[in-house]
Amino acid sequence: MTLLALEFPPVSRLIEWKPILLRGTPFAVNKVVLLMWAAMIIVLGLFFVVGRSAKLVPTGAQNLVESIVDFVTDQVILQTMGPEGLFWTPFLVAMFTFVFICNIFEVIPLIQMPVNARMALPAFMALIVWIIYNSIGLREQGFVGYMRSTLGLDLGVPLGILVILLPIEFVSNILIRPFSLAVRLFANMLAGHLILATFAVLTAALFSATYIGAVLPGSLLAILFGFEVFVSALQAYIFTILTAVYIGLAMHPEH
Amino acid sequence: MIHVLAAQNPGELSAGLKTVGAGIVYGGAAIGPGIGIGIVVGNAISAMSRQPETAGMVRTTMFLGIALTEALALFGFVLSFLLKG
Repeated sequence: MTLLALEFPPVSRLIEWKPILLRGTPFAVNKVVLLMWAAMIIVLGLFFVVGRSAKLVPTGAQNLVESIVDFVTDQVILQTMGPEGLFWTPFLVAMFTFVFICNIFEVIPLIQMPVNARMALPAFMALIVWIIYNSIGLREQGFVGYMRSTLGLDLGVPLGILVILLPIEFVSNILIRPFSLAVRLFANMLAGHLILATFAVLTAALFSATYIGAVLPGSLLAILFGFEVFVSALQAYIFTILTAVYIGLAMHPEH
Repeated sequence: MIHVLAAQNPGELSAGLKTVGAGIVYGGAAIGPGIGIGIVVGNAISAMSRQPETAGMVRTTMFLGIALTEALALFGFVLSFLLKG
């Protein structure tokens, strides 16, 4: 696609990678899958190694891990689910760290591909969250109670409005929630990746044409890298806190 | 203008219209969430300045509100790519 006399690569070239292993089979492995495995190994290794050699006075990596756990406990779980939600600490800490590491690959030089810019991983994680919060709701409140609180029957609205309210609540709480959870993460990461690629192409083209012209887009590119680090952390936080909110709502319905 | 358009390759015209449609979709989808996030953040700032001791709780809720509002703009962003492709 040509825009302003610059050759921008099409979107498919920025996010689709050739298979590296097991070519031609349905289980072909490309760069995104390798990065996903790397993120999984980093998360597992970090928590496993630190958890095995935990000391009373934390040093090095244990400081980092303890601050992650404290952050998820204080900022996510206690704010949204209360003390009963502490049961979900391992799940939410693992989810926060995994999503953050998958996102931060976006700004690491020579890798520069957020795993969550492909729909597969966010969609799968949203599916897991959907199954978890629905089964928690069914277990804690029973089928009738869960449907009553989810569909807004307990709010005491008049019958005429209930006819409109029921389908809206059903669609928004059961169908749209996992979809928007996945799309929020996916679209934020895709947009960040595209913006970085756009400014990188612009900087390179202006540098090869006029050396001085690359100063402005180049400095903006550096600022955007910092911004994308912030967005990676923020999206991991939002994914985790929304998971906590959905599980908390399933455990204790709103009154 | 019509003659110029008619002389063009019809496939090219349809690709161009798709691009225009994608732009309109994203532009339209960004209006509402833009206003909404402005309201959310503005009210969060006034709440924080009135009661600085509740700033932590307000900030958490503000990020939640931003995330829920922003989803609509991101639907438009994804839809614009689906329309183009």
